[in-house]
Amino acid sequence: MRFSFKECCFKPVADEPDIEIEGSLVHKDSEEGQILCAEKEVGRKSKTLFSCITTATQTTINPPREVACQTESQPLLVNYSATANQWEIYDFYQEELQKRTSSTKKDEKENEIAEGAEGVHGNLSLLRDFTDKSDHDLAMLSTAAKLLEYAVNENINGDIIADFKHFEDEADEFRGDKGTLLPLWEFQYNKVKSLPVSALCWNKKYNDLFAVGLGSHKFTELECGMLLFYTWRNNNHPEFLFNTDSGVMCVDIHEQKSHLVAVGLFNGNVCVYNLMAKGDQPIYNSMASSGKHSGTVWQVKWWEDDLYGNHTFFSVSADGRVVSWTLGKYELFSTNIIKLPPMDKVPDDLNNVIVTAGLTLDFHKQKPYHFLVGTEAGKIHKGSTHYTRFIKTYEAHFRMVSCVRWNPFNPKVFITCGMDWRVNIWDETTDSPVFTFDLKSSVMDVAWAPYSSTVFAAVTADGKVHVFDLSINRFEALCQQRVVSTKRHLTCIEFNPVHPIIIVGNDRGLVISLKLSPNLRKNPKEEKGKEPSTGAEVEIAKMEKLLILMR
Amino acid sequence: MKEYCAATRTHGGRSTPDLSDMAEVEDTLKRIQAQHGVIGTIVVNGEGIPIRTTLDNSTSVQYAGLLHQLTMKARSAVRDIDPQNELTFLRIRSKKHEIMVAPDKEYLLIAIQNPSE
Repeated sequence: MRFSFKECCFKPVADEPDIEIEGSLVHKDSEEGQILCAEKEVGRKSKTLFSCITTATQTTINPPREVACQTESQPLLVNYSATANQWEIYDFYQEELQKRTSSTKKDEKENEIAEGAEGVHGNLSLLRDFTDKSDHDLAMLSTAAKLLEYAVNENINGDIIADFKHFEDEADEFRGDKGTLLPLWEFQYNKVKSLPVSALCWNKKYNDLFAVGLGSHKFTELECGMLLFYTWRNNNHPEFLFNTDSGVMCVDIHEQKSHLVAVGLFNGNVCVYNLMAKGDQPIYNSMASSGKHSGTVWQVKWWEDDLYGNHTFFSVSADGRVVSWTLGKYELFSTNIIKLPPMDKVPDDLNNVIVTAGLTLDFHKQKPYHFLVGTEAGKIHKGSTHYTRFIKTYEAHFRMVSCVRWNPFNPKVFITCGMDWRVNIWDETTDSPVFTFDLKSSVMDVAWAPYSSTVFAAVTADGKVHVFDLSINRFEALCQQRVVSTKRHLTCIEFNPVHPIIIVGNDRGLVISLKLSPNLRKNPKEEKGKEPSTGAEVEIAKMEKLLILMR
Repeated sequence: MKEYCAATRTHGGRSTPDLSDMAEVEDTLKRIQAQHGVIGTIVVNGEGIPIRTTLDNSTSVQYAGLLHQLTMKARSAVRDIDPQNELTFLRIRSKKHEIMVAPDKEYLLIAIQNPSE
């Protein structure tokens, strides 16, 4: 029967059977059924589809076996920690580089020692060879100890340093043109209270270092002398100290090679010290040279190097000669440049016996072959290294000339000072001074300021410092200040090349540094609308104006 | 200010130590101790142990240990920023004192000062 969807009912279907199932029954009367019945009776097995025999096979089974492996026990664990900083990497590379470059050198012994050391700073292992380990290691601390001393001093002198850097005296506005000097550091080495300061010199390269020469030119006082180097970072103790067997009369530091210092002594010797070398002894001493001076050396000045590159300096002394010294390989070579002409009062036949002492010497700033020599007769001689006679002579002072200096800017102007209480300013073309100042006491030293062509300062034997600025006041000093007590003389003065401070030395070994107040450092007022100008040309022009005025 | 000091300046250049240098360092340390306001000075070795001091033992050990670590840290910081640079000096200013540390290759020099006097 089938369901017909059309009529929605079951309908009988004639041909096909309804269910078909396969089965295993066979009809009794069919052919196959009759065969099976017959077999059953006989009881014989016959091949049919339905009788089967199962056969099975089995492989040999191996007994299971365990296989395992184990590593050796771990080595002792050590905790390691390190930081990989930029500098560690850099240091490592530097060491590698050093190892490679030093392996090409011949000293292999040192290398072996260095390689055995640990850490970055391996070369200190050399010190382990010394028995007295702790003391030797301390010697490496000299730099650190110096730094510490500077820092401690900086704390103690904190207010002085602040003054030096920042203090500008505001009262100057109310003082008109006058200025003052502010005392800053004082330098006194305890062991030399009785030696006068005979020379001061700033170091051009390191602006806080200056040289002090101590020595006396009086026979009654001590014969010894000292050369000290101070810096204002440490005003208690000098940086360098040299003992000399005779009083130091003059000091000059080489401009470019600032470790070379020329010193002139009371006994006529000149020495050259090298600050970089260890030890107390000068590297050159004129004691062994022929041609050494027979009188006190009053001034030494470095000059240019000669044709072969050897350093040269000039000295002028009480024996009346100007000598140039060249630094040879092992000794000094001297060359007589010129002999000072005799004084008027000396009769002709005694010219070689009674000599005129030369007291001061200065080289021209722009033309280094020109120089000026001041003598004890009060004369200034202008000479040149090219000629054997003096070009010109000026009657400068009635008594000894204590200092002569060329103007740092204007090539024609120089200043002289003498024991006749006068300071004179000269134009080299004229025979009489352009300016004259009477300072009421022997003038011991005078110096031009490095920042202006019209400013100069002088020190006198009554302990006063006089500062002048010719472009502001042509007749009197802007500042006349007593710096030391009345009983002491002032002997030297120097301007610092960079900072507005001066150092003055007195006759008891004391050096005082003073700061110049703003009035002393003024540039002259410019016209309205113009910018204030500086520079060498302006300075030269300033001086020229003054010279023209005075003519 | 510090650019002048012996490390860069040719004047004070010393390559090998010797007895005169040792005397110089001793002298310098004595002078520092004698300066106005200085409370004490300590020399510390590379492991942070004070080898020479003018203060009592416990204070020295404390200062040495603490400042040693601080200096290492400071040095590391300076060199990290620029490996070619080096720490030259360290100052710690507090209300009561100022502690100044000058490090060397292996050693430290410490000074304690009362700056306001």
